[in-house]
Amino acid sequence: MEILSSAVSGTMESSDCMVSVSPGSGKIEIQIESIVLNQFGDELKKTIENTLKELDVSNVKISLFDRGALDLVIKSRIECAIERAKEKK
Amino acid sequence: MKIIRSMLFLPGNKPNILIHGDELLADAIIFDLEDSVSISEKDAARILVRNMIKDYRPISSEIIVRVNAIETEFFKKDLREIIPLKPFMIMPPKVSSKEMVNDIDAQISEIEKETNIEVGSTNLICLLETAKGIENAYEIATASKRVKALFLGGEDLTSDLECKRTKEGNEIDYARKRIVLAAKAASVFVYDTPFTDVNDDEGIIQDAKYAASLGFSGKSSIAPRHIPFINEVFSPTIEEIKYAYDVLNIIEEAKKKGQGVVALNGKMIDAPVVSRAKKVISMAESIGLNKNIINDSEGL
Repeated sequence: MEILSSAVSGTMESSDCMVSVSPGSGKIEIQIESIVLNQFGDELKKTIENTLKELDVSNVKISLFDRGALDLVIKSRIECAIERAKEKK
Repeated sequence: MKIIRSMLFLPGNKPNILIHGDELLADAIIFDLEDSVSISEKDAARILVRNMIKDYRPISSEIIVRVNAIETEFFKKDLREIIPLKPFMIMPPKVSSKEMVNDIDAQISEIEKETNIEVGSTNLICLLETAKGIENAYEIATASKRVKALFLGGEDLTSDLECKRTKEGNEIDYARKRIVLAAKAASVFVYDTPFTDVNDDEGIIQDAKYAASLGFSGKSSIAPRHIPFINEVFSPTIEEIKYAYDVLNIIEEAKKKGQGVVALNGKMIDAPVVSRAKKVISMAESIGLNKNIINDSEGL
């Protein structure tokens, strides 16, 4: 799946997260900010990578601002941001 | 179908609320994709609710999903994501005619076929919230076998009636009675509109008692704190359950003895009394109050 524009999904409310994506430079670039980064940083990265793989995205810049979201919430916000970024603006 | 006393609306794009849905004691949770979700977030809510049902499905509550109205661009997309997950029921809003039910039925059948789900297995709870919908309640309830329940939406209805929504609810009284009558005539369940003053405990109790007295099967809420009150009002009391068992016992004995007419505590037991007793026991058993528990309570 090709990322054609920048897009955002989610909120900064507790138990949610905000995901922003934009076209990549030939690879996946991940940036994470989280209130639980020290404890769960690796798991968060893995969730992002797995979700992008499921969505068949391999060229994207993605930032996750996590507010203690469950995995399914992070996956949902990534999917939504990617869907929104499929369209050229 | 499981007996539902209480239904709790949860906004479809609020993870911090959705993840606690299972702890709120409601017999059914309504994941809302409609009014509580802004137009710009319909896509996000649809994905979140789909993943909630898939990965974090509540155990103690049945799942209902209120989708967007049929005339919106979101309706078909909502159905496509939600139907394959087999929720307890789908709640289409602003249902106003049997033609609309037939249209919804056809669109659901199409998705069921595409996704290899048994055609006809997706159930509907139709939200009636327009004057036309209330007028057509019986034809809506009987338009499709999918329709298992009717639901009264008081807020939109009063807007359509061009009157003020009050705590007393005089403005929706006719609609309440009309929708109950239609649902009973069609043998489907019927649910009452939420009581919207979140902090008025006595108000919700009185409102729920009134709905129960009219014949509603249960009541919905937008406030978790209302749910225990609704559950209590729509549950049979221990005395009612004991009486129901006594009725069935005496009928059974009368049958064995070949007696045609029987009385209990000086009151004749006829068919409607037996029918009510069976409903009370069915309701009691569905909420975990079986005969043993009732017998044990005698010593209390």
